[in-house]
Amino acid sequence: MLILAAALLTQSVAEPPVDWDKEFGVEEKMRDPVTGEFPVDPYVQGDGNAGAKPFDGVAMADAFGGQAGIRRIANRTVELSEADPRIAAIFASHDMVRLKRTLFEQFCYILNAGCIYTGRDMTASHKDLGVRTRDMNALVENLQRAMREENVSFAAQNRFLAKLAPMSGAVITR
Amino acid sequence: MDQPLPLRGLLAGLAFSCVLASPAAAQESALLDGGKLLLTNGVATIEGTSGGGLATWATISGRETDVGVGLSAHGTIIELPDYGWTSYGLSVGLFDRVELSYARQNFDTRDVGTALGLGEGYMLNQDVFAATLRIAGDVVYGNPLVPQIAAGVQHKRSSDTPVALAVGAANGQGTDFTLSATKLFLSHSVLVNTTARLTKANQGGLLGFGSAGENSYSLQFEGSVAYQLSRRAVIGAEYRTKPDNLAIAREGDWWDLFAAYAVTKNLTVTAAYVDLGSIATFDNQRGGFLSAQLAF
Ligand code: HEM
Repeated sequence: MLILAAALLTQSVAEPPVDWDKEFGVEEKMRDPVTGEFPVDPYVQGDGNAGAKPFDGVAMADAFGGQAGIRRIANRTVELSEADPRIAAIFASHDMVRLKRTLFEQFCYILNAGCIYTGRDMTASHKDLGVRTRDMNALVENLQRAMREENVSFAAQNRFLAKLAPMSGAVITR
Repeated sequence: MDQPLPLRGLLAGLAFSCVLASPAAAQESALLDGGKLLLTNGVATIEGTSGGGLATWATISGRETDVGVGLSAHGTIIELPDYGWTSYGLSVGLFDRVELSYARQNFDTRDVGTALGLGEGYMLNQDVFAATLRIAGDVVYGNPLVPQIAAGVQHKRSSDTPVALAVGAANGQGTDFTLSATKLFLSHSVLVNTTARLTKANQGGLLGFGSAGENSYSLQFEGSVAYQLSRRAVIGAEYRTKPDNLAIAREGDWWDLFAAYAVTKNLTVTAAYVDLGSIATFDNQRGGFLSAQLAF
């Protein structure tokens, strides 16, 4: 062990730092100066990507406090999940600026609060994440907490979750 | 045959471990942090399976999902005009797929014991060994119209076979077969369960199985409807039909109205008003049901 550590040490002292990204031709992604988001590979946009049909009428949008309330709920859900030891690792190294925007758009679209959804579909956006049922439950708990903090009635919370629960097949991959 | 003292000890132990468990639960310990949503493991039935108290559901006990092994323990007390009931048990939920459970039922005949010539406070005891296999579906996720479906066997062994035979039962042991479908309809915050049960049991088996006149399986039905008031609180009603095999005593259906509350992630308390009908010629056995479940 000691010898190995010593060897590593002398090596790193002896050689100049290597830019491995450059060595392997990895392009460094840059955040868009306006939106603050990283670019993503092109995909076909459409409300169908949201994965659920929106509610009729304005009752649900009202129950969630309109676009302002929905934005707070989407942001809070992402922040709670990033800080949640059960699932933080899944969110690490993903673009939370984009996720907050797209999650807001999706919620807003489904709640019929006057948005279009511009993100990817649920299968494409979760295919490499390795989400399990227990991770899904953790996210649901964080969303429930975010909704509770915005005083969304429990019945309305469940009505919304009823739109999301059937997406489990696309989100849960193991 | 009656063992009231060890039972009291176990119930006290359960209550004590609940008290111990709550601070740990509040810390969200990663080790014992089952991944299920609150209440989606159901509450223990009098037969030790997971369900709604009287009716067995398609849920799997314990708080673990498909990547873990969950554990559950419970104690139940039912206070009736002429009888007293206690039951307690343990259950293991393997990967949210298979449930293995054991329950001990103790039925105190009190003064009826004297009337039946058994002696005052004679206890009827029974062991129930059950296995449940989840076959398809998910109680919360997936297609909103496809329920979680599970099949189960409940093997029941009365410790009072001579009494069972004396009241006319054909056997002191029997096996029930169940098929359950359970779904939480989130859009209405309503959980619905239906169970079909093939059984010969008289009063759940406490009065044995079948009779000289009627010793074939009959198909019985269990239904539960529950409304979720909050993440932690649910109220509901259950109905359970039963065979009526014995010549000496009429046997009717059971029903209950219940409220369950998840005090912590691990501790669920259920209170119910139960109507167990006529038991051994004593009618109108309606009373209170109280149950505590500790689950990981
Ligand atoms: C029904 C439940 C869920 C919904 C409705 C949902 C919704 C979304 C949406 C709208 C996006 C953005 C798609 C895009 O960038 O175009 C997204 C991405 C993401 N979701 Fe979910 N999600 C769900 C479940 C989960 C769960 C359970 C986890 C992990 C515990 C998770 C982790 C992520 C991550 C890390 C990303 C970013 C992926 C990337 O940057 O490529 N999601 N989700």
